Amino acid sequence: MVENRPFLTFLTHAVLILGVVFLCFPVWMALVASTHGPEALSRSPIPMWFGGQMWENYSQLLAGGLPEAGGVPIGRMMFNSLIMALCITFGKIAISIISAYAIVYFRFPFRMGFFWMIFITLMLPVEVRILPTYDVVVKMGMLNTYAGLTVPLIASATATFLFRQFFLTIPDELVEAARIDRAGPLRFFWDILLPLSRTNIAALFIILFIFGWNQYLWPFLITSDEGLYTVVMGIQRMVNSGESLPVWHYIMGTAVLAMIPPVLVVVAMQKLFVKGLVESEK
Amino acid sequence: MQKRVVFRSRLLPYLLVLPQIAITVIFFFWPSYQALESSFFIEDAFGFSREWVGLTNYFELFKDPGYLKSFRTSLIFGISVAFLAMAISLGLAVAANRVVKAATGYRTLLIWPYAVAPALAGVIWYFLMNPSLGIVSYWLSGVGVEWNHYVNGDQALFLVIVAAAWKQVSYNFLFFLAGLQSIPKSMIEAAAIDRAGPVRRFWTIVFPLLTPTTFFLLVVNLVYAFFDTFALIHATTEGGPVDATSILVFRVYNTGFIGQDYGSSAAQSVILMGLVIAMTFVQFRYVERKVQY
Repeated sequence: MVENRPFLTFLTHAVLILGVVFLCFPVWMALVASTHGPEALSRSPIPMWFGGQMWENYSQLLAGGLPEAGGVPIGRMMFNSLIMALCITFGKIAISIISAYAIVYFRFPFRMGFFWMIFITLMLPVEVRILPTYDVVVKMGMLNTYAGLTVPLIASATATFLFRQFFLTIPDELVEAARIDRAGPLRFFWDILLPLSRTNIAALFIILFIFGWNQYLWPFLITSDEGLYTVVMGIQRMVNSGESLPVWHYIMGTAVLAMIPPVLVVVAMQKLFVKGLVESEK
Repeated sequence: MQKRVVFRSRLLPYLLVLPQIAITVIFFFWPSYQALESSFFIEDAFGFSREWVGLTNYFELFKDPGYLKSFRTSLIFGISVAFLAMAISLGLAVAANRVVKAATGYRTLLIWPYAVAPALAGVIWYFLMNPSLGIVSYWLSGVGVEWNHYVNGDQALFLVIVAAAWKQVSYNFLFFLAGLQSIPKSMIEAAAIDRAGPVRRFWTIVFPLLTPTTFFLLVVNLVYAFFDTFALIHATTEGGPVDATSILVFRVYNTGFIGQDYGSSAAQSVILMGLVIAMTFVQFRYVERKVQY
């Protein structure tokens, strides 16, 4: 601190507390609403403190499911989300690290061509080419499969850049030493490069897990079979359930369940998360 | 750009890039090419025949008042989200940068919404502002505001702007905080010795030095508002009432999947791709300049 100004210190904390309230209040209300029954949520103003129905609501959601969401238990949807998030995360990390390795450590024709091809994918987000990409998946018979849900999302320019950037900072002496010891390229990759990349992989893991878990449009298009619904996209069926009024206590319960895994990952691995986020955007 | 010492192998590097390139070609390049191609055709609803029409689909779009309105909506939406999310997070980052005690605690409480999916952010705000039982709309009626986003288009747009900005604050906060922490303390101290007060110091030293961060975040926030908020809108207002929240990305989806007008949807895709390419280009121009900084 440069100088001591009590009023400014007070203002600083006031601003921060206001910010925390603004960010936390909506989720607080969601939590509260998910512990009440339908009667409490049928007249305004709704309660702002917990009700007694937490156990009933959540066990009904996790195991029983709702007719509005196709009768699939939310537990099943969360399982699908987990599979999708993990496949996307590991897939992206695996194919990005090997392609970055090839681009940095080998010299071969079309090397830069490949690099630019990967780069351009940054400019083609799935939202702008929805229909033709959907057609490709239909033609390949991947509708309603885990493969269709994950494989098209696995290419990653960001992860490739991050690994490339990191590999470029690794001293050449390591490669020379490895070659003197007669290690081949695969051996070098497996025994030296991969262990060195651990922190980067962990940081990327957090970002990509959140990216994968929060996918919405893609699972919405690819799955028509309720058994494959993911939780973030399944909630939409409950909100816009047509004729019947939305069952808010269940919807908020689902929202809370759907945000727990990614929020836990961020909070538990805060340091790595900040590092991964700030570096992957460079 | 490249290592001095490299491995020699004829086949291995190709095998290593193969998975990434294969997915890129099948799921990125091929569909994008398809979008480009079908934007020059008009197809009947069953896909039996199609006719080359040149740029007609594009001309039709720019004659369509609905599309022009969607452009306007996207612009209002994008700029409001970016401004709101950046202003709030800059204030929070400046405050957090001053705090010594409890800094980690504040940071934890401020960053977690990053992990909340845009769709969920939308659904929760949709609930808070529900005209009959939302707590925020109840408060609003207390101060005399009649809130009903099912009928009032401006209110619906306001609702999605607030929800989208709410989700983006954490991201901006982290980048602003990182930017603030990289400003040398000695500069601030020198200004303080010259009797510049905190407000003056902020506007003449801190804010100008944050320009690169601000500019980077502006592009990121606009891209977020234009593309990533599809889920938020689709899960809540579904573009309504009467297209009031139908931003460009939502319209691509609506024209293609609901309206089954493939030519027009493809033309809209191509326009959006042009927009992303322009924004990415701007962002990378800026990144190059930052390196010289």
